[in-house]
Amino acid sequence: MGLTNSSTGARLAELGLKLQSRDPSGQVIALAGNPNVGKSTIFNNLTGMNQHTGNWPGKTVSCAQGRCLIGGRGHIMVDLPGTYSLMAHSAEEEVARNFICFSRPDAVVVVCDATCLERSLNLALQTLEITNRVIVCINLMDEARRKGIKLNLPLLSRRLGVPVVGVSGRKKKSLFALLGAIDDVEFSSSPLRLKYCPEIENAVSVLEPLVRRLPDIGLPPRWLSLKLLENDETLTAELKARFSGYGQELRLALAEAHAILSAEGIDALRLKDLMVSASISMAAELCRGVVTYTDPGYRRLDRRIDRVITSRVGGYPLMLALLALVFWLTIEGANYPSQLLSALLFRIQDMLTALFRALGAPEWLHGAVVLGIYRVLAWVVSVMLPPMAIFFPLFTLLEDVGYLPRVAYNLDKPFKRCKACGKQALCMAMGFGCNAAGIVGSRIIDSPRERLLAILTNNFVPCNGRFPTLISILTMFFVGVGSGAADSLLSAVMMTAAIVFSVAMTFAVTKLLSATLLKGIPSSFTLELPPFRKPQIGKVILRSIFDRTIFVLGRAAAVAAPAGLLIWLMANVTVGGMSLLSHCAGFLDPFARLMGLDGVILMAFILGFPANEIVIPIIIMAYTAQGSILELGSLSELRALLVSNGWTWATAVSMIIFTLLHWPCSTALITVYRETHSRKWTALAAAIPTAAGVLLCILFTAAVRIIG
Amino acid sequence: MDNQACLNDIQPGQRARILELLSEGSMRRRLLDIGLVESTEVECIGRSPGGDPSAFLIRGAVIAIRSEDCRNIIVRPC
Repeated sequence: MGLTNSSTGARLAELGLKLQSRDPSGQVIALAGNPNVGKSTIFNNLTGMNQHTGNWPGKTVSCAQGRCLIGGRGHIMVDLPGTYSLMAHSAEEEVARNFICFSRPDAVVVVCDATCLERSLNLALQTLEITNRVIVCINLMDEARRKGIKLNLPLLSRRLGVPVVGVSGRKKKSLFALLGAIDDVEFSSSPLRLKYCPEIENAVSVLEPLVRRLPDIGLPPRWLSLKLLENDETLTAELKARFSGYGQELRLALAEAHAILSAEGIDALRLKDLMVSASISMAAELCRGVVTYTDPGYRRLDRRIDRVITSRVGGYPLMLALLALVFWLTIEGANYPSQLLSALLFRIQDMLTALFRALGAPEWLHGAVVLGIYRVLAWVVSVMLPPMAIFFPLFTLLEDVGYLPRVAYNLDKPFKRCKACGKQALCMAMGFGCNAAGIVGSRIIDSPRERLLAILTNNFVPCNGRFPTLISILTMFFVGVGSGAADSLLSAVMMTAAIVFSVAMTFAVTKLLSATLLKGIPSSFTLELPPFRKPQIGKVILRSIFDRTIFVLGRAAAVAAPAGLLIWLMANVTVGGMSLLSHCAGFLDPFARLMGLDGVILMAFILGFPANEIVIPIIIMAYTAQGSILELGSLSELRALLVSNGWTWATAVSMIIFTLLHWPCSTALITVYRETHSRKWTALAAAIPTAAGVLLCILFTAAVRIIG
Repeated sequence: MDNQACLNDIQPGQRARILELLSEGSMRRRLLDIGLVESTEVECIGRSPGGDPSAFLIRGAVIAIRSEDCRNIIVRPC
């Protein structure tokens, strides 16, 4: 198998990448760059797509592609994963390099960070070894300006021999320059080439003439020679197969080249070191005269902030305080709109009922549609929407500023004690939004063992779908149902305590897994702490409401409607004088009582498998269907309903424990399967939190019975 | 050489130059990729609240490295 189109096509498909059908006049343009230089932001702004962005390295874990119209031609933009080099040391680097080598994009835009140019140029130099068709795009020019960093882009362009464009990716207008460059670029045939030390150059000069005589596979002979010399595992096998007719000749030339190197004491390891050093020192040299720091203290503010938020004394308390603040704003802010929404939605219910009556619709239809489907939907919307619409933007704001990598930095030590990776904190943080996102996000962890730890424990942190359940139960049973600021502060503190508990469980289970199923030692770890960036407040709010809130709510609503119908049917179809609902609840009841819950609650959790958001609405439906139908307008009425169904503070605690610890929702489980390709790990991802929840609930209930 | 140290010995606020990397495998390559080649100047910026990892300014970027890995990075304080 050689480097034919079909074989590389297959390889890319394996990597989950298939190019969309292309406009014949359009071009394929790849975006490459270091992690966290804003590639995804540029990509979104060019294609109008909504790849999730955030200020931390490793946001883009696979290639995204989208269309971009430039001068009437539809180009395909491909957002490559962020990499520091193209040496194909990691999966991301291999994806990026193989795309550049084998998919032959018409242009590669290397996105560089204006505030950290030297390191970005390293990647540009390595890309230039593979193709001439490079445009260097210096992003974050606005940040650089604010930090007093001056860049002489024309000089850089002259030195590199390729177009260099400065942009501020977050401002759409500034991307016009990039569009222009893409549209009318004429690539020079002799841009700057990386130069290596004389020993390597000599060895290459032995190989290169031979490689030039080999069948042309569209890759530069010099680069192929370097890769053969380096014995790059991922390429060499394919190259050798392609050049099989020349095996003997190639072997001799390689032996000669290696002899030159070993005569100078350069072994394989040293060779790689020297090659990397060459591109890094060349990048440093390129920057000389291009970058001027007019403000030597440009890092001072970042450092001051870092000194506070990662300090020995203040680091952890500040994290907790921030968490509590986010919850307080969410609870306090959601209170009023929640009441307003539920009043409105239940008024609509009355109107619907009147309409059905007026039309003379049969009672069962009214029951199924209005009391079943509509009422559960109304509950989901009024309970879920306000907290989500506040929590998501607040959280995205923290992400945008760059606080999350600091959390990973602060929590690395405890994670290391559990023989895991500090980046697991980032997955955990994403899990607050959505566990499925947290599970996908664990791709940023390199070690497969540590990644699996992150995947299996992600469900221990409650996702946004579980927050409203937690908040309403905590408020009803432990704070009181007033709505003063002091009450919501207390709710926020209790909520924070619940989160601390779930994080403690994450650590405990991670540690347990590391000692049993996933034994191993913590692997090496580097974590970049990006500069703080001014958040794009307006955009963050819009994005998180429209992309995340509406999406999550839509998913919940899609599940809630059939669930509402199902519950109504179960409550109204009777078998042997008893409704199906009573049968099911009765069946689950003995076990549920052992856990301090009741049959209805456990059934609601089971029916809530497709989406945790519907657990509380199902409980309400089931209770109201069994007894007299109440008009539920506020938390105090809800509390009365629960208490009349036998809830005590102990039921509430069990409910909170089980909300935090039970099986992941169906979406999260499917995601675990997709990421691990293993039934065993998927089953464990469900079994571990469930076992923990059942066990803790039973222990707690037993303790309460003994004491009380 | 008596003024040879590992990266762990560099206190916050102190600078050093890289002499040699003892790390192997993927960590060695990662460190090289982020620019830790011979004679690169680094500065220790601070330590995490738990005392580990520590953050270093390397070629304009702030990178956190664990003490186990710092042990394999030989430097000369300056």
